[in-house]
Amino acid sequence: MITYLGRRAFHSILSVIGLLTLVFFLTRLTGDPSALYLPLDSTAEARAAFARLNGLDQPIYWQFLEYLRDLLQLDFGESLRQNRSAMQVALEAFPETLKLAAVAITLSTALAILVGSLAAARPGSMFDRVASLVSLAGASAPDFWVAIVGILVFAVGLGLLPTSGTGTWAHWIMPTFVLMLRPFGLLVQVVRGTMLSALASPYIKTARAKGLPRQKIIFGHALRNSLLPVVTVAGDLATSLVNGAVVVESIFGWPGIGKLMIDSIIQRDFAVVQSTILVTATAIFILNIAIDLLYAVLDPRIRY
Amino acid sequence: MSNATNPILKVDGLTVDFLSDDEPVRAVDDVSFHVSRGETLVILGESGSGKSVSTSTVMDLIDCPPGDIVAGSCLFDGVELSGLGAEARRSINGSRIAMIFQDPLAYLNPVYTVGRQIEEVYESHGAGAGKDARAKTIELLRRVGIPEPENRVDFYPHQFSGGQRQRVMIAMAIALKPDILIADEPTTALDVSVQAQILDLLRDLQRETGMALIMITHDLEVASSMADRIIVMNGGKVVETGIAKEVFSNPQHAYTRRLISALPHGNAAEAPNRRSTTIAGKTLLKVEHLTKHYVLASGAFSSKRTFKAVDDISFEVRRGETLGIVGESGSGKSSVARMLLGLNAPSAGKAVFAGENIFEMNEKRLMAFRRKVQMVFQDPYGSMNPRMRVYSIISEPWVIHRDILPKNRWKARVAELLELVGLLPEHADRYPHQFSGGQRQRIAIARALASEPELIVCDEAVSALDVSIQAQVIDLLADLRTRLRLSYIFITHDLPIVRHFADRIMVMKDGKIVEEGQTSALFGAPRHEYTQSLLQAVPKPKWLTQAQ
Repeated sequence: MITYLGRRAFHSILSVIGLLTLVFFLTRLTGDPSALYLPLDSTAEARAAFARLNGLDQPIYWQFLEYLRDLLQLDFGESLRQNRSAMQVALEAFPETLKLAAVAITLSTALAILVGSLAAARPGSMFDRVASLVSLAGASAPDFWVAIVGILVFAVGLGLLPTSGTGTWAHWIMPTFVLMLRPFGLLVQVVRGTMLSALASPYIKTARAKGLPRQKIIFGHALRNSLLPVVTVAGDLATSLVNGAVVVESIFGWPGIGKLMIDSIIQRDFAVVQSTILVTATAIFILNIAIDLLYAVLDPRIRY
Repeated sequence: MSNATNPILKVDGLTVDFLSDDEPVRAVDDVSFHVSRGETLVILGESGSGKSVSTSTVMDLIDCPPGDIVAGSCLFDGVELSGLGAEARRSINGSRIAMIFQDPLAYLNPVYTVGRQIEEVYESHGAGAGKDARAKTIELLRRVGIPEPENRVDFYPHQFSGGQRQRVMIAMAIALKPDILIADEPTTALDVSVQAQILDLLRDLQRETGMALIMITHDLEVASSMADRIIVMNGGKVVETGIAKEVFSNPQHAYTRRLISALPHGNAAEAPNRRSTTIAGKTLLKVEHLTKHYVLASGAFSSKRTFKAVDDISFEVRRGETLGIVGESGSGKSSVARMLLGLNAPSAGKAVFAGENIFEMNEKRLMAFRRKVQMVFQDPYGSMNPRMRVYSIISEPWVIHRDILPKNRWKARVAELLELVGLLPEHADRYPHQFSGGQRQRIAIARALASEPELIVCDEAVSALDVSIQAQVIDLLADLRTRLRLSYIFITHDLPIVRHFADRIMVMKDGKIVEEGQTSALFGAPRHEYTQSLLQAVPKPKWLTQAQ
């Protein structure tokens, strides 16, 4: 167990280093920041001074070595845009994303398990057909479209909800709903499928022969065995949310890491891009290890 | 013993349809039976005979749809079951009528401890909860022979052996001392010595509690060793019913007679001898000191532990000869087969085939060798690509070994091979799922013959088949041996099956050969005590043992 965790952590660190290397060189392909940060009519001397100040006059391999040296000292560089520690900028935005992602994934998973299980318990019933239709629509509706329509109807038209920003609980409703849509739709399908095969398995026959009540058979025996694939898919969806729901955060002006990332890329704020990726990558690796541990909790046959 | 005037369960005129795509299929047709307290009723039939469906109806385990109970009544202790509501049926299941199944690994929930699963029976019938249920569960596990029940109660199903799992299932079923225990093929997945223990346990429990036992089986020996009365089912109908001894000694219906004559372990004098008639020729395969070790655990802090799957065995097979390798699960018999086919590398030893050591062959020589040695597996369905037609399955060896047959002759040869194994040439256009188990095994044999082998390794090749089909496949193999001068290595856990087929038999236990000899000598006077115990574990008729 401990050796397993150690091995996973070691592999994760290697992956993060690889990722950061890639990101370092790729962001520098987007162009020279001085073109954006200095006035159009700046002199060549001013541009050279800007480059020297930010270490951009060095050969790229030298910049990379300096970056690595700074990383070892936990110095993640300065934001060009905000003139403060890039990591601080990233860490301020991240909790906003995390809060939204956690609420969205928890709610959609819980709801999907309930709906999917009930649909599978009576396949072909009215409830099953409605659930399939709704989940399919949820999984296939483009989130930016739902978000914009939502703003037009509920904020602009009816004036019930704020258009964007944070602050009150009302600000949470539309972003959470839009973020839940796809995970809910996909998860209902997964839960329904795995529950159907679980309910057809021999141990369910045993449970019926034992005279267990119906709810116990569905939620105690079948559901418990169906959770592994659900955890896999839910984990995957959670990963994409932790990465920052770029579109949703941008539309609703949610000050999360997705919005920060896209803004920093456009602004060629290299240090912030690198810091946001370091933060989200670390979070995703931790999430994946947690999912693996959850497997072992759910299925006694899995041991590390 | 039997109390026919007052049966605890009386099923009358039961008729069940299953709705398939276009029309209903009658699974059970006008079936009637009854069973009394303390009595054992055996429902004997081959797969698809409707024997499981009739008892599942009693337990309300048939889903409607696709099932449809067309007619019939189930009178349990004077109450008509079909008239009861779902809640009343539920309260009977597990408390007054209980059931155990064929494959306890699949029928136990993998994610709960066995203790939890037994406690549930008490809880759901209001017969105890918490510490009380746990104490009862431990006592129950002790009764069915689980060692150290105080610890094992917290184990998961996968941590038990096959026999122990069936004991756990039995514990679960008898927890509330039911009036009727329905056992659906309870020992089919078990080794013969474990089977004997489970059957003993069931008999003991029946004596203690006086419950009625309904046992469903396709195995005539198991049937004869358990039954007071027997009903024989075929094609959804009851074809014969009566006192077990009378049915076995004087079967009335043609189907019952055919079943009993197909019994490989019947009277040795009467049974047809299928051993090879030709005198065995030169040595074809010579195995010396074959060994396979598996490293179980080797960490920095633990010493290396090895498991000897095959432990220094030597034997030979001559041309035209059949060698039977007999052993229970874990004896290493399948490991031997895998090594001989070059699927696994041995840890030590050699196997010389036609003058050349298999384990030292290069890739090219190995290809040529594999042509000469073919394998027939236990599960023909699992060893065939379901999306390939029979024609492609049989002709596949010719795609790999280009020199066997020019492409313009493939079609004719496939037809020839199908006829050789007793199928029709037009079967070439069908898919594996369109055949029965016995027919699929014939296709597997045709595929093996396609590469013109000299040796065929059959790994439990007939174990999954019904007893009358088993006899047919063995007949086919014997016939092909004479016509094509083949040699066989016939691997099985069922000693009696090889009695009239193998020329020599090798008995394996824990990776070693414990006894080897001519078949008649080995059956006549088994020397090793393990062989003796294997022969004794074969169930004996109840009326004979009771007379003693």
